[in-house]
Amino acid sequence: MPVLWLSAVITVLALFGFYFGRRRALQSAGGDSRLLHSLPSYYGSNALMKSVVPAFGLMILWLLAQPLFIENRIAGMIPESEISEGSNVGLVMSEVRRTADGLSNAVAGGFLDEEELQSGGAVLSDLTQRLRDAGQVVTNEISQPILDAAQTYRSMSGTSQLLMTVAVILVALVGAGWGVSESGRDFRARNVVEKGILAILIAAASVAILTTLGIILSLVFNTIEFFSLYPAIEFFTLLEWAPSFSGRGGASSLGIIPLLWGTLYISFVALLVAVPIGLFAAIYLSEYASPRVRGIAKPLLEILAGIPTIVYGLFALLTIGPLLVSVFGKDGLGWMGGGRAVMTAGIAMGIMLIPFVSSLSDDIINAVPQSLRDGSYGLGATRSETIKQVVLPAALPGIVGAILLAASRAIGETMIVVLGAGAAARLSLNPFEAMTTVTAKIVSQLTGDSDFASPEALVAFALGITLFVLTLALNVFALYIVRKYREQYE
Amino acid sequence: MTDASLPSSSENRERVSLMAPDARTQKRKAAERRFRMYGIAGIATGIFFLIVLLVSIVSSGAGAFQQTFITVSVYLDPAKLDKNGNRNLEEISKVSTFGYTPLIQQALFDKVQENGIETPLEKSKDMKALISASAAAQIRDVVISNPDLIGETVDFRILASSRVDGYLKGRVQREDVARDKNIDAEHLDLVDALQPFGIIEKTFNMDFITGADASESRAESAGIGVAMIGSFFMMLVVLVLSLPIGVAASIYLEEFAPKNRWTDLIEVNIANLAAVPSIVFGILGLAVFIQFMHLPQSAPLVGGLVLTLMTLPTIIISTRASLKAVPPSIRDAALGVGASKMQSVFHHVLPLAAPGILTGTIIGLAQALGETAPLLLIGMVGFIASNAPDGIASGLLDPNSAMPAQIYEWAKRADPAFYERAWGGIIILLGFLISMNTIAVILRRRFERRW
Repeated sequence: MPVLWLSAVITVLALFGFYFGRRRALQSAGGDSRLLHSLPSYYGSNALMKSVVPAFGLMILWLLAQPLFIENRIAGMIPESEISEGSNVGLVMSEVRRTADGLSNAVAGGFLDEEELQSGGAVLSDLTQRLRDAGQVVTNEISQPILDAAQTYRSMSGTSQLLMTVAVILVALVGAGWGVSESGRDFRARNVVEKGILAILIAAASVAILTTLGIILSLVFNTIEFFSLYPAIEFFTLLEWAPSFSGRGGASSLGIIPLLWGTLYISFVALLVAVPIGLFAAIYLSEYASPRVRGIAKPLLEILAGIPTIVYGLFALLTIGPLLVSVFGKDGLGWMGGGRAVMTAGIAMGIMLIPFVSSLSDDIINAVPQSLRDGSYGLGATRSETIKQVVLPAALPGIVGAILLAASRAIGETMIVVLGAGAAARLSLNPFEAMTTVTAKIVSQLTGDSDFASPEALVAFALGITLFVLTLALNVFALYIVRKYREQYE
Repeated sequence: MTDASLPSSSENRERVSLMAPDARTQKRKAAERRFRMYGIAGIATGIFFLIVLLVSIVSSGAGAFQQTFITVSVYLDPAKLDKNGNRNLEEISKVSTFGYTPLIQQALFDKVQENGIETPLEKSKDMKALISASAAAQIRDVVISNPDLIGETVDFRILASSRVDGYLKGRVQREDVARDKNIDAEHLDLVDALQPFGIIEKTFNMDFITGADASESRAESAGIGVAMIGSFFMMLVVLVLSLPIGVAASIYLEEFAPKNRWTDLIEVNIANLAAVPSIVFGILGLAVFIQFMHLPQSAPLVGGLVLTLMTLPTIIISTRASLKAVPPSIRDAALGVGASKMQSVFHHVLPLAAPGILTGTIIGLAQALGETAPLLLIGMVGFIASNAPDGIASGLLDPNSAMPAQIYEWAKRADPAFYERAWGGIIILLGFLISMNTIAVILRRRFERRW
């Protein structure tokens, strides 16, 4: 793994830089560190920083840019004839990449001879079979242009790797040398190092922005590509969700409305379970419970929040589903066809949300000033009257915010609906019927064997952006309400 | 008291004691009691759900830790395994598992005859339903690693088939067997008869904890060990990346950030990222790390990167809270004796905040360990994670599964035997989560300082 070795080399160079930078500074002061502007280690750190940061920066940039650059060059090499009907450059490129990887692995494994490959001695038809024998994944018969492209790909990657190694080591050396040469008794090493550290801190804090940017860009670009293959109007207005995987495009109807309906219906059931239970638990915990009861009950409820969602998914599929079927199914009331249904997923999700609602509402109820309660008691109200007529109205905006946050959680939840809600998109009012949600369809559209260029796969990005916007809007709104409410009593 | 004994002055007022509450008071008191009961009911329902959840996990998953084994003495027939009789390893390797299957069936059949058990099953082939498909491979591995055994009779402890296992655990009922083409009632009679001889027995199943996943037809030999290694490498990536980045970001925001637009933007972003659905991070990982950067699919490295981005907000929020808890007097004192701002933070504030940061990090890691949805999108499901990685590089880059992804994979296979494995996997996963959270709580109790 050359990247690993390269990192090790950079580290060693930087450590040398540290040692010599420190020594040079001490020498310039005649060995008396009191004559230096900064502590001796700052001179070393200066050289270390100047070699490590640019070297790693260059390496990361190179690794990001290299595939883009090479692919642009290769894509130009592929003749039109290779791009068959219904295919595109991206698919052919992945074919080239696969072939190149296969060739490299086969050579490394001793199944193929590098020289034989270079001289063109290997017979084309034979090559596919030999790659298969070597345990490499080869989907199609390799054709001559693909083989040429793969070979160019390999040689360009190799050259690029070599260039990168040389450039990165050079940068590390120059940086270390610069840092060492600066070292002297009057050089303000500490100020420079601290500025550098501050820059690193800022960069770390900006990762959050980069992540958001990455999310938005990856969603937006793929969504635009999707809408170029599939009309946006149909996506937002069609009442049917029926992707076809046999034919490309055309035959599929990809309307988001049934999915949104399933999502909202399941979330509604979940809130119907979670809000009353969570709210009453919060009221009891904050207004009635003795410290001892509170100390036991609150952590117990919060265990529910720490359980991974896959557990709730399995619980829905294997415990709640069969239980509901035994009551509402064929042998009971006959409303329910199978174990997977809106109710199944909704109840499991509701259980998951109980601690979410209860601890948020608990905080909010606790934030209501005691003076309001005392005033109410002074007028002769009982505890429950105080809660119902004074505390809850005062806490209402905050509680609404908490419920909205819980709703956004429910809408974005994946594992429970993937396991518990079913796979068929349906517009129905019967809560005992299987429906599917936006998140479940994102998973199913992106985990099949379909290629990423088809509208059936790209639709997942359009679904993703809808989900992202929906949850973000709910969150921003809810946080706004909660903050507004907090300010009221501060 | 005295009032109560006096006759009422008012005509319309009933003669009631003040000690006895009137109807309206009674109503109000009843409402009070009722309201209180609602609260108790709320808490009780929540705790009831928790108990049901835990009970169903333990009762359904405990079976995965036990497995049914059959003890047989297999005669390794030279005529079948080494036709030329020269013990040439290459020739022996050519005999596939199909060559071994009849030997095992014969061995079990002999055992049945030997012990004089009456059974309508008259052919050794009928034993097939009792024996796991992985038994032949197990014996073949032993023979290949030690060819001198050929010609001898060797005792083996082989896996029973998943139906037999299910029968002994009560998962497979006799009524179900009628519709099952893999096993008949006669087989179950035989299992009952073999049990007293100790030939078929149920013991602790270490292979479930350490072993690899197995194909769909061999639930009895599936284990979660390889997925555990995958999870371990993912957590390694998350720890190595999210701890330094998270701490650096928090130090900047808490100690150095000026009040400007850029800082506001970062703050808003962190708050929002904490609430983005996890599946969206999966889409990000798929689009950026796999489609754009061409990192290998299903690799724990990619999983770790995605989970890092997901955990960062959690770690940043808790780190900032513990930095904020360090009183300003510490900073002032450091500045007062001539430290620079950077020195005061790194030499004084950060060490004092370390326990809090550590606690937050462990909780963030626990959250990441249980996360499944993003892993589905970067391809950590849908294949059989059968090979344990043999080094750090292969551990990071070779396709592997992760514990929650493996559980999902099993849940998808729609076979009660795999459901049992899934519940068992959940017990192990929860074991990890509970121990991580316990460590976090202990750390907090032990090192938390109140200023």
